[in-house]
Amino acid sequence: MPDQGITAARQPNTASQPIAIRVSGLRKSFGSHEVLKGVSLTAREGDVVAIIGGSGSGKSTMLRCVNFLETPSGGDIEIGGEMVAMRPDGSPADRRQIERLRQSLGMVFQNFNLWTHKTVLENLIEVPVHVLKIPKPEAEAQARKLLARVGLAEKEGAFPAFMSGGQQQRAAIARALAMNPKAMLFDEPTSALDPELVGEVLQVIKGLADEGRTMILVTHEMKFAREVATHVIYLHNGVIEEEGPPDALFGAPKSDRLKQFLKTVG
Amino acid sequence: MACPPPSQLTSFELLGFGDCGWGATLLWGLGNSLLIAAGAYALGFLIGIGGAFGKLYGGPILRDVAAIYTTLVRAVPELVLILILYYAVPGLLNEVMVALGQERIILPQFITGVVVLAFVQGAYQTEVLRGAILAVPHGQIEAARAMGMSPLLVARRIILPLMTSNAVPGLGNLWLNATKDTALLAVIGFSELTKATYQASATTKAFFTFYPAAMLMYLLVSMVSIYLFSRLEKWARRGQRDVRG
Ligand SMILES: Nc1ncnc2c1ncn2[C@@H]1O[C@H](COP(=O)(O)OP(=O)(O)OP(=O)(O)O)[C@@H](O)[C@H]1O
Ligand SMILES: [Mg+2]
Repeated sequence: MPDQGITAARQPNTASQPIAIRVSGLRKSFGSHEVLKGVSLTAREGDVVAIIGGSGSGKSTMLRCVNFLETPSGGDIEIGGEMVAMRPDGSPADRRQIERLRQSLGMVFQNFNLWTHKTVLENLIEVPVHVLKIPKPEAEAQARKLLARVGLAEKEGAFPAFMSGGQQQRAAIARALAMNPKAMLFDEPTSALDPELVGEVLQVIKGLADEGRTMILVTHEMKFAREVATHVIYLHNGVIEEEGPPDALFGAPKSDRLKQFLKTVG
Repeated sequence: MACPPPSQLTSFELLGFGDCGWGATLLWGLGNSLLIAAGAYALGFLIGIGGAFGKLYGGPILRDVAAIYTTLVRAVPELVLILILYYAVPGLLNEVMVALGQERIILPQFITGVVVLAFVQGAYQTEVLRGAILAVPHGQIEAARAMGMSPLLVARRIILPLMTSNAVPGLGNLWLNATKDTALLAVIGFSELTKATYQASATTKAFFTFYPAAMLMYLLVSMVSIYLFSRLEKWARRGQRDVRG
């Protein structure tokens, strides 16, 4: 319970839940440049962990290590109770394990990254049909439900290039949901959007948080992080400078760096 | 054949399909040209796909082999390559056969022609396809990997279709090259359109009938090809916005 006398926006009532994602002592270097210097994170089922920090602090790298889009240089990663087998240098030992675990993590990118040669519906059923081997009619029915949910029922036959950024990002979220993932990873999902389109995407993400989805969310939207997160991590230069419940972190930051950071981002 | 001297025949009769006309010979030559071009192009495409993925994703040895191959083929005049390959390949093959204690074999001319031209096509297609792969937006490949698709599935379902729109213009040019390169096979005695034209005009001395006729046939092939490739490009770009806005 927050003891600052501020009501928490969202009660982290997940302490007894199983661990969905655990990262411990994660290190990552690009050449001689050490970008992550031993960071850890635990997301229990239903948690929304927000990662904030300045540009270049390592937020994206940390998130991308979770599903091995970046190869860690050291540390441990555990997904849904399963340790990822790593070689001594941190690289994954078993490609098939990585592929299987990735199917349980729905990733949403800053630039949407929808497949431009496929319609929205085709984007949504690609992985369910070709990786998860779900029969096409079933995958399509599921995809249509998801599209309706993100407000894109009318757009199933559209190609991504003909939609607004906000529509594309909502479609990308639906695509990630179509795998029925155990957790969602968001890397600055609204940073590439025109300001007037940010709201519609945040609303969808808020809906997911409200239904108890496990998520890790890298974001520059501080108000939003405070509203949806159960736990906030402030990264600076590849180390966790401060972390805690959102109201504590935003309402009563302890470290000078975080105070400074919150001042600059408003 | 009891044909009158060619000088007494009209162009129409010379190009016709009668006993004294060369129409059938020319069409046969054209058919051979198209067959060999298609064969070389298709085989060249397989080499090109292998070469492009090998250059981009292969180990150091594969990358070096591919680099030497494309550099060499693009540096040496095609005619020289064709002569070298035409005489060297069957010879080498037979030395291998003899060394293995096997019978000497004679490759059918058609197969040799296809293989020789495919070797040239493969190098150019490697470069076109490599460029096309590199132009695929990286984020879309990453999205596929992030969702647990295997490398093979990513290549087949995402990279190949996405690179098509980038590759079609270059591949269209290479197809035109392939149809024209078949003419080079005339020097090794392969009876394709150019050789047939040469024979017809050498026999009849009606150069100004047969060469323009051959030219028209090449032109027709190009125009049909250009049309078909533009249709293909349009299809491949179906998800893209018109750059002209
Ligand atoms: N592929 C790469 N090769 C080399 N350096 C990299 C690579 N990716 C990231 N970096 C470096 O690692 C550091 C952390 O990058 P990262 O993208 O994780 O930062 P970030 O916190 O997400 O920043 P932003 O808010 O700008 O997205 C930066 O200094 C960046 O230049
Ligand atoms: Mg980032």
